[in-house]
Amino acid sequence: MKAFTQVSGIVAPLDRSNVDTDAIIPKQYLKSIKRSGFGVTLFDDWRYLDPGEPGQDHAKRRVNPEFVLNQPNYQSANILLARENFGCGSSREHAVWALDDFGFRAVIAPSFADIFFNNSFKSGLLPIALSAEVVDTLFKRCAEDAQYSLTIDLAAQTVSDTQGWTQQFDIDPFRKHCLLNGLDDIGLTLQHSDAIKAYEAQRAKTAPWLFA
Amino acid sequence: MSGKTLYDKIWEQHVVRSEEDGTALLYIDRHLVHEVTSPQAFEGLTLANRQPWRTSSMVAVVDHNVPTTDRSAGIADPVSRLQVETLDKNADSFKLQYFNINDVRQGIVHVIGPEQGATLPGMTVVCGDSHTATHGAFGALAFGIGTSEVEHVMATQCLLQKKMKNMLVRVDGELGVGVTAKDVVLAIIGKIGTAGGTGYTIEFGGSAIQSLSMEGRMTVCNMAIEGGARAGLVAVDQTTIDYVKDRPMAPKGEQWDAAVAAWRELTSDDDAVFDKVVVLDAAEIEPQVTWGTSPEMVTGVNSAVPAPADFDDAVKQNACSNALKYMGIEAKAPMTSIQIDKVFIGSCTNSRIEDLREAASVIKGRRVANNVKLALVVPGSGLVKKQAEQEGLDKLFIDAGFEWREPGCSMCLAMNADRLEPGERCASTSNRNFEGRQGAGGRTHLVSPAMASAAALAGHFVDVRSF
Repeated sequence: MKAFTQVSGIVAPLDRSNVDTDAIIPKQYLKSIKRSGFGVTLFDDWRYLDPGEPGQDHAKRRVNPEFVLNQPNYQSANILLARENFGCGSSREHAVWALDDFGFRAVIAPSFADIFFNNSFKSGLLPIALSAEVVDTLFKRCAEDAQYSLTIDLAAQTVSDTQGWTQQFDIDPFRKHCLLNGLDDIGLTLQHSDAIKAYEAQRAKTAPWLFA
Repeated sequence: MSGKTLYDKIWEQHVVRSEEDGTALLYIDRHLVHEVTSPQAFEGLTLANRQPWRTSSMVAVVDHNVPTTDRSAGIADPVSRLQVETLDKNADSFKLQYFNINDVRQGIVHVIGPEQGATLPGMTVVCGDSHTATHGAFGALAFGIGTSEVEHVMATQCLLQKKMKNMLVRVDGELGVGVTAKDVVLAIIGKIGTAGGTGYTIEFGGSAIQSLSMEGRMTVCNMAIEGGARAGLVAVDQTTIDYVKDRPMAPKGEQWDAAVAAWRELTSDDDAVFDKVVVLDAAEIEPQVTWGTSPEMVTGVNSAVPAPADFDDAVKQNACSNALKYMGIEAKAPMTSIQIDKVFIGSCTNSRIEDLREAASVIKGRRVANNVKLALVVPGSGLVKKQAEQEGLDKLFIDAGFEWREPGCSMCLAMNADRLEPGERCASTSNRNFEGRQGAGGRTHLVSPAMASAAALAGHFVDVRSF
């Protein structure tokens, strides 16, 4: 997994609540058997005016000029700002892969859906939950300044801008440790193989039908 | 010290070890696999030169991409075909229990798991699919995971998890005639909101839940995720045990007796404390219809479409006006005035035998309305289809003008050829009314099977209780 230490960049404001994973990456692209190449169809139904299918040349599609990510200043944004319950719906990790492939390293919202939140850490995408009031303030600053940028420092657990505004955020210590070091979850778990085997041996005695 | 909730009990039985911050290594008993979220996990395993920890825990099936029409010609879409063939290959090379496209036991993963007895009370059940919550109906801790976690379970039989908080949703009293499990869960989501269960595992209880069949309980737990909770649970009782008995993968003989004894403990203690309790009165629940683009945007069939001004905060007002625009409906219009173009009866929420019986019972010799271009009935599995045909339900549907199809996820998410065209409006028994869910530009209204069937016959939403 990609490590996350410090990220600075332009914030793209997506002023919607309950942004679901069908909106982040529509179903037709889930037919891919790869992990890459989803960035070009991130937010497909909002980003393009014509319907898209896997395998087509998306550069030739009609772009929706109204959509935030199509505005020139947000082409290089690497922090996404949204309203509550971001990433609700399906468990598709393709949603995280699409955000990552587009270039986002972090999403800031008042709250996240649980599965999306978990999935994010697996690709080194940092979901940061800040209060609805703080998120509202950030939307206002984005509206005032199209180049509004933030710096996220994971070690210090801070989000700050260039005018001296700083906000702390929470993260589980274990997730933070894995993300800072870009640790491979599976490798970590396999260090506990003996504990897993011991658990299985014990469980097979009390609930043998689970191992039939 | 207070007692334990059902969730506490199952959780504790599965903790292998814990990190200092409480992150637990949780043992997974059953891993259900489908073609969409598994290929990258199998590939990751192979690239890292790792072997699956315990293949006997895995059950694989194709469901999302499969055509629901004649299958003898194969899958026309080459991208879908490759994904299905990839699972064929992986199932073969890792020697998994697998129900391929031609197996009569093939069907939607959340229908076939319980049907085969692969889902048992007290298990931890995962699948790369958010509707894994369905299996919680059996008193199993079941939740959806992403592809990286699919690979993690394959490689280690475990997941790194933080324990959720406990929520009890109690539905007291008796449901009215014509009010179903689907109406109950839509009413619950309407009350708690689509993020109301975020961070919680929800136990559904109360007399109205206890009186539901296993099919009904699966419908309720299935949509726990639409209320934000990864997992929903219903306590084990005789209904649960009767359903599981004699299923192909259920324990037999002495092991059955031992299992039943253990399963009877799978209820929350009387003095268990929940972090949050929500209570609904069953008698107040009427048939539900969603009007917007989130499952929380739901109302009774005899109500009107809300207006943005009906909501108190700016974010919700904005969401309401976006939804009305997308759905192409006017604020204050009666729900029963909304005309539909298509009907979908199916999905992991509502495609079991009881759902099909419920939908068929509404027909009473009537025909699908002229303005309805397509009314699809897609059974949840080959075995559900077979049973429905033995009961003559297929004939009732076909004679009324419905199409009777092969099993799969179909138009719930439109990964196969079954979909809405831009602007089309659908009465659907599925679980998500998100923008574009059933096809780009499509408009989805979630309802029960009885309500979908009635809408098909009337051409618009009607109260099934007076239809």
